Amino acid sequence: MSCITRAAGAVWRFVAGEDWRLAVGIAAAIGLVALLVGMSLNAWWALPVAVPVLLWISVSRAARQHGPPSPAGARATAESPHEP
Amino acid sequence: MSGAELALAVSVFLACAVEAVEALTIVLALGTTRGWSSSLAGTGAAVVALAALVAGLGPALTSLPLDVLRVIIGGLLLMFGLQWLRKAILRWAGVKEMHDELVEFREESEAARAHGRTGPGLDGYAFAVCFKGVLLEGLEVAFIVLSVGANQRHLGLAVAAAGLAVVVVVAAGAAARAPLARVPENTLKLLVGVMLTSFGMFWSGEGAGASWPGDEAALLAIIPGVLVCAWAMAARLRRALVAASDGATTVGPGTGAGDRQAADAAESERLVVPR
Repeated sequence: MSCITRAAGAVWRFVAGEDWRLAVGIAAAIGLVALLVGMSLNAWWALPVAVPVLLWISVSRAARQHGPPSPAGARATAESPHEP
Repeated sequence: MSGAELALAVSVFLACAVEAVEALTIVLALGTTRGWSSSLAGTGAAVVALAALVAGLGPALTSLPLDVLRVIIGGLLLMFGLQWLRKAILRWAGVKEMHDELVEFREESEAARAHGRTGPGLDGYAFAVCFKGVLLEGLEVAFIVLSVGANQRHLGLAVAAAGLAVVVVVAAGAAARAPLARVPENTLKLLVGVMLTSFGMFWSGEGAGASWPGDEAALLAIIPGVLVCAWAMAARLRRALVAASDGATTVGPGTGAGDRQAADAAESERLVVPR
């Protein structure tokens, strides 16, 4: 059982990356598009609105957590195991 | 080949090239410090595992209905693309360190030297580090290859683009006999992030049932739009952070030569962003 839990956790971390809220937000935005299309509204515009907003929230939060820019060589944040 | 297919092939090529440069640094560090046979064995085992993953999942994915596939694949590409983009913005803004292959090579080599030898035969440490490094760097590319190939029904084209990138990087590494530190990795990562995000947005929207104005031509607006947004975010973030730090970005007098080199490399890529 713990093996399955660990594997599921690894898959989740692989997909969600360093900010799981961003991944959840994207999933919710795609769901919203499907919902609006189901209500006969061609909601192609929803993702171009949602994606920049979600990205800005994510990078702003990261900047707040890690503070002002450090000298370029300094290690500011921990890298994820599958760093892109 | 349509424009969209060409753009996808270029995206796969760039994504694979970036990851191959990072994997090459790990293999070079282990090969030069611990020996080549175990390092190359670990690399080969990881490549076989990645090829098996693509060969196993590729046909299964292409058998899915196109709309289902586009929602799943588009969503995954969007999440992967935003991870790349987020990291690139944070690096450009100065929140996160720029990736530097020389620093990575030095750290990996030091770790390899510090780890004791296990005796004759297969060097377990070199094998394991190379296997894990190549597998982790390659896993995301394998999913990008699968996603792009399955969605466009051109798995062969995606695999060929990825294979070409590996050949080019390995050939360049063999010629240079050093980490490919002059490749503008951080800029390439931003471009890959922009492409993956754009295609992910387009496909997931289509898969969810929306019709883009102009169909595939909408990508001609989406791609530059995402790039401009990323650029604006990095510039805005950097200005805000520089103002907050009140000049804390200057390199201090005690900085070592290696760090100064990393700082110079990082700064040269960062200059693209207006301050």
